[in-house]
Amino acid sequence: MSDFLYLYRGGVMGSSPEQIQQTMQKWMAWFKQLSEKGHVTHPGHPLEKGGKVVKGSQKTVTDGPFAESKDIVGGYTLVQARDLDQAVELSKGCPIFEGEGVVEVRPIMQMNM
Amino acid sequence: MEPSDHLFRREAGRMVATLTRIFGVHNLALAEDVVQDAFCRALEVWKFRGVPENPSAWLMATAKNRALDVLRRERTARTFAPELGRLLESEWTVVPAVQELFGASAIKDDQLRMMFSCCHPRLPEEAQVALVLHILCGLSVSEVAGAFVSAHAAMEKRISRAKKVLAGSKKLFDVADAGDFAARLPAVHRALYLLFSEGYHGASPESAVRADLCREAMRLAALLREHPLASTPATHALSALMCLHAARLPARLDSSGDLRSLFDQDRSQWDAHLIAEGQTLLDLSASGSDLTEYHLEAAIAWVHATAPRAEDTNWAAIVSLYDKLLAMRPSPVVALNRAIAVAQSEGPRRGLEEVRAIAGSDRLATYPFYHAALGEFELRSGQPENARKYFLAASALARNPTERRFLEQRIAACKAATPQQVA
Repeated sequence: MSDFLYLYRGGVMGSSPEQIQQTMQKWMAWFKQLSEKGHVTHPGHPLEKGGKVVKGSQKTVTDGPFAESKDIVGGYTLVQARDLDQAVELSKGCPIFEGEGVVEVRPIMQMNM
Repeated sequence: MEPSDHLFRREAGRMVATLTRIFGVHNLALAEDVVQDAFCRALEVWKFRGVPENPSAWLMATAKNRALDVLRRERTARTFAPELGRLLESEWTVVPAVQELFGASAIKDDQLRMMFSCCHPRLPEEAQVALVLHILCGLSVSEVAGAFVSAHAAMEKRISRAKKVLAGSKKLFDVADAGDFAARLPAVHRALYLLFSEGYHGASPESAVRADLCREAMRLAALLREHPLASTPATHALSALMCLHAARLPARLDSSGDLRSLFDQDRSQWDAHLIAEGQTLLDLSASGSDLTEYHLEAAIAWVHATAPRAEDTNWAAIVSLYDKLLAMRPSPVVALNRAIAVAQSEGPRRGLEEVRAIAGSDRLATYPFYHAALGEFELRSGQPENARKYFLAASALARNPTERRFLEQRIAACKAATPQQVA
């Protein structure tokens, strides 16, 4: 088994309370299924939208990141899968796609050489 | 843990009501933003961590913290609720003040305050109902439009106009003023009645949507009953009428999803618990000297609810209750219902006469069940050919597939019936 990181970007969740609740229930169902099959190493955390960006040799600090909302990283999860193909397959159940969001699937580099 | 059904929708009304109390009615939009923000946070956290032990408390606590952020950040840029005076201005008092405003009994009063504020006399009745559904029941504009089978754009206009009137009213309704309270209460009753009726008789093809409207009306009526000033005989009568009607909801559609008229519903499916509750509420309504239309409608529903079979119904009692109701609130729909009761007790020919005598029956011309009632009487008088014409007219006016299917079955019944010679 190898480790992967899911990075969630963008995705709208609907505007009415009922729609938000339905979005949440879909996420919970997907996540439960992933966990029960032993793929979730760490559920990860949601991230606040804004923060600070520190940049360059001058270590300039600015507010941000002010990326377009569809590109903003909203959270992450650590998963285990046989290989990249399976990690990609598993991500396809994520409800983020219904809101036009993105899941970035990134293999975590193996440290034991 | 799974969140309960409609948790967010239910909490939305409570949260907006309380936040509007704190921010002031002119900042209604700000209150809505804070609620939206709290829901987004809940979504982000709960989707991976699961729903907390007490999700309502979690949401309220989040709204409270956001409210404090907003109060601190915008203290100089905005004015907040004038009723709360300077409490929100100083860091010494803002935390305890907000703490108290988020207390359980305060939240209950806030919902009542919002309910009364939505029934502002400057708003037409249908706008009041739309506003109650949108603000207090947490339905989005498109959900409200769906429930009323109205175009989204038209509903959006109606709701945003109504919000402007509400936001421009400077202050939320003062629920502590007994005089104002009593004066506004009938409008609140009427709005809840219309909300319930839309669920019960409305045109929305989805019975789940309609049952939701009935449930919301009942929830808000229960809130009224908890308040000493609102717990009047009329409030009890209105609640009784809702319970006694809602009791019949499970039998309105049969197992194949077809509409069943009151006459051929499986009465064993009526909700005995709701009938008992309706009866208790009806007893409670029988005090004081005010006889309202809700009393009469509840009494009619009670006569139906207590008849084991349709043929056991005390139709004479129902006709006399309709007579009183017509005297109080003349309406062609009430007159039509009265005519149906007359037909039951005195025969279909009398029913036909009564329908033809209805004043203002032209207003019923687009109501499918007006034509259907005429068809029913003709069919029972042995005139299937006439009946068929009426049912055809009714089916052309059907507002949703369920109604259409029901009326098509009546048309088929006319074809199967053999005409009788008129003596």
